[in-house]
Amino acid sequence: MPDLLAARSQMAVSLAFHIVFAVIGIAMPLMMVLAERRWQVTGHAIYLDLAKRWARGTAILFAVGAVSGTVLSFELGLLWPEFMRFAGPIIGMPFSLEGFAFFTEAIFLGIYLYGWDLIPRPAHLAAGGVVALSGAASGIFVVIANAWMNTPTGFELAQGHAVNVDPIAAMASPAALSQTIHMTLAAYAATGFAVAGIHAFLLLKDRANAFHRRALVIALLVGAPAAVLQPISGDLSARHLARHQPVKLAAAEALFETRAGAPLTLGGWPDVERRQTRLAIDVPYGLSLLAFHDPGAVVKGLDAAPRDEWPNVPAVHLAFQLMVALGTYLALVALWTGWRAWRGADLAHNTWLLRAIALGAPMGFIAVEAGWMVTELGRQPWVIYGVLKTADAVTPMPGLIVPFLAFTLLYCFLGVIVAWLLYRQIIRSPDIPEWRGFYMPPAGRGNRKAEG
Amino acid sequence: MRLADLVAGIVFLALNGYAVLGGADFGGGVWALLARGTRKDRQRELIADAIGPVWEANHVWLILALVLLFTCFPAAFARLGIVLHIPLSLVLIGIVLRGSAFTFWRYGGGAHGDEAQRHWGSVFAVASLITPLLLGTAVGAIASGSVRAGGTGSGAGFYDVYVAPWWTAFALSVGAFALVAFAFLAAVYLTLEAQQPELREDFRRRALGAGAALFGAALLVLTLSGSGAPRMRAGLIFAPWAVPLHLLTGATAVTALAGLWRRRYRLARVAAAAQVSLILWGWALSQYPYILPPDLTITEAAAPAVTLRLVLGALALGAVVLLPSLYYLFRVFKSRSQPSAIGRQ
Repeated sequence: MPDLLAARSQMAVSLAFHIVFAVIGIAMPLMMVLAERRWQVTGHAIYLDLAKRWARGTAILFAVGAVSGTVLSFELGLLWPEFMRFAGPIIGMPFSLEGFAFFTEAIFLGIYLYGWDLIPRPAHLAAGGVVALSGAASGIFVVIANAWMNTPTGFELAQGHAVNVDPIAAMASPAALSQTIHMTLAAYAATGFAVAGIHAFLLLKDRANAFHRRALVIALLVGAPAAVLQPISGDLSARHLARHQPVKLAAAEALFETRAGAPLTLGGWPDVERRQTRLAIDVPYGLSLLAFHDPGAVVKGLDAAPRDEWPNVPAVHLAFQLMVALGTYLALVALWTGWRAWRGADLAHNTWLLRAIALGAPMGFIAVEAGWMVTELGRQPWVIYGVLKTADAVTPMPGLIVPFLAFTLLYCFLGVIVAWLLYRQIIRSPDIPEWRGFYMPPAGRGNRKAEG
Repeated sequence: MRLADLVAGIVFLALNGYAVLGGADFGGGVWALLARGTRKDRQRELIADAIGPVWEANHVWLILALVLLFTCFPAAFARLGIVLHIPLSLVLIGIVLRGSAFTFWRYGGGAHGDEAQRHWGSVFAVASLITPLLLGTAVGAIASGSVRAGGTGSGAGFYDVYVAPWWTAFALSVGAFALVAFAFLAAVYLTLEAQQPELREDFRRRALGAGAALFGAALLVLTLSGSGAPRMRAGLIFAPWAVPLHLLTGATAVTALAGLWRRRYRLARVAAAAQVSLILWGWALSQYPYILPPDLTITEAAAPAVTLRLVLGALALGAVVLLPSLYYLFRVFKSRSQPSAIGRQ
């Protein structure tokens, strides 16, 4: 395995692993706070149990997210020293701010997890709120740094060196807005639907279980609105790409030739040698409409860039199709759910809806991974688009396959353990007889300890 | 004082925070590994209770130091990443295993069985050794002036570029020193965490033992520095600030041990943290103005002034949020009379 490929693979594995935990770390605290708030308002112990379970989940996932995030920040130097030498002064700012947001999140998560009996109730709820907010903020800062790699601004090049550095302008790069919106919504949609899907699946087996019903509703409250908004944000992203990252859009859409009235290519396998996409369905004028809101608009194809600056077209195209398909499914299920709820229907007795939600459980996370493949693979061979090639950023250290394999094994091992723990700690039904029934138990004012 | 020096001082302050707070959490792992006697389960439980609420916040000091380093001193960060690739990768594996094993230890058992829990406890304990050892080794490599540019195109072999800089008796002795120092800090802090007198005595004895071991480790480092890090040794002996610093460090060391001996634990805690901090600052001063001796100075490695100024602004803003939050965290968990109920429910 060549060292560059090993370095890229190690970074990809680290990111793919970390992003799952980062995404849950953004959305799960919100669910936990909503459940605690419901407990404080209604006094039903079932909500307290839910809040504590989600807090335990947050604790496990946040810890793994914190350490895998540490790995990533070290890997920037271990694998890409030349990238950091160039980019550090320009784009270190959002990383520093992320450091602070993460610090705040860690402090208040400690207070939240261990402070149930030590601080007043409103302070406890507020601590959870701070965790949810700072989690979202740290995600936004990291995505701002990534956006700069896609649309670098805030410096001038002079003999390969950056001069006239302006870190504020770098943070306000053209990709920053669309990328941060898209990623934040993705976090809520993916986590909300994953949790809702699990509880929908359990409800299908045990229809009257009050615990899973409450969990389903709160998870959908977080996931469904985000899933509905996501296609709108996707449209914003596509229009941004058409203007600022045309090669990435061309690869995602498998558009080989620059043309007016470009069609939207659904599915298919791009044949890079022949410069055509086989087995695809073309929607006439679709891409021009989506990218510029004008059926006659000219969309740049891959031919706008030299052949050696193309990304891996089949991989980007397939990842993009996958992301869009899964996102569309979740948006439709969210709309269906919203419509049924608005009509006052009982979600827990709609078998087909529950099945659709259960089916959606893994989809948000697969879409998140696919979306990152689009944005990262779609930028290749550049690490900083148009400025620095990935091959020029890699460490001179040989034998990179060894750390790649070591971290891959470590992460596989951790992934299995985390899944097992989550099952034991949050998903498994609580063994409290009254909650097996359909009705809500009488108000317990939260005095009972509802540990599993 | 130049802007770059000020920022470098702040980076070092974050590292200092990591050493006295995060370091003690690693030290806790050492004592979990060495738990002995009839009270070994209670010792481990105390360690877990003490670390639980704060370890993540303590860990972030390292991340803060790291992001400030790559934002403000990218040339130093890049060189560290290349030359110290191997020890830093091992540091990372230690961090991942330690952090996740600790969480699994806390959340893996509960009412559903303690076998798995004990298992994770030992992974946590063993993993706690890796990171301090290799982080200390990396510091030793820097102090000995062997983290140089080069490697690419210099014709040197893999061993010369990626192993030799840190695989030295001196660097490894600094690693051992770091491990002992963290264990010492942890034992001192745990005397205050313990609620029962006999448990407190356990950690008092351990703290005294570790304090003595720290003295031995310091002697070892000093002896090896003659050939391993002559520049640092010269700085630590002949610089105008050297004598006052050594006197002060010695005074804090004696105060810490005396505090332990006379069971004045609060005094011992402050003195032990001050002692470790002063040792760190001694290292920093001895290699000033170099960030990576023998050839990369703080000024040469620094990012453009605009970046440094913005980071200072962000730091000031961040401090306004963080310092009260940290104060609250430690007030809630570290000044109570009764230990938290979590883990015993």
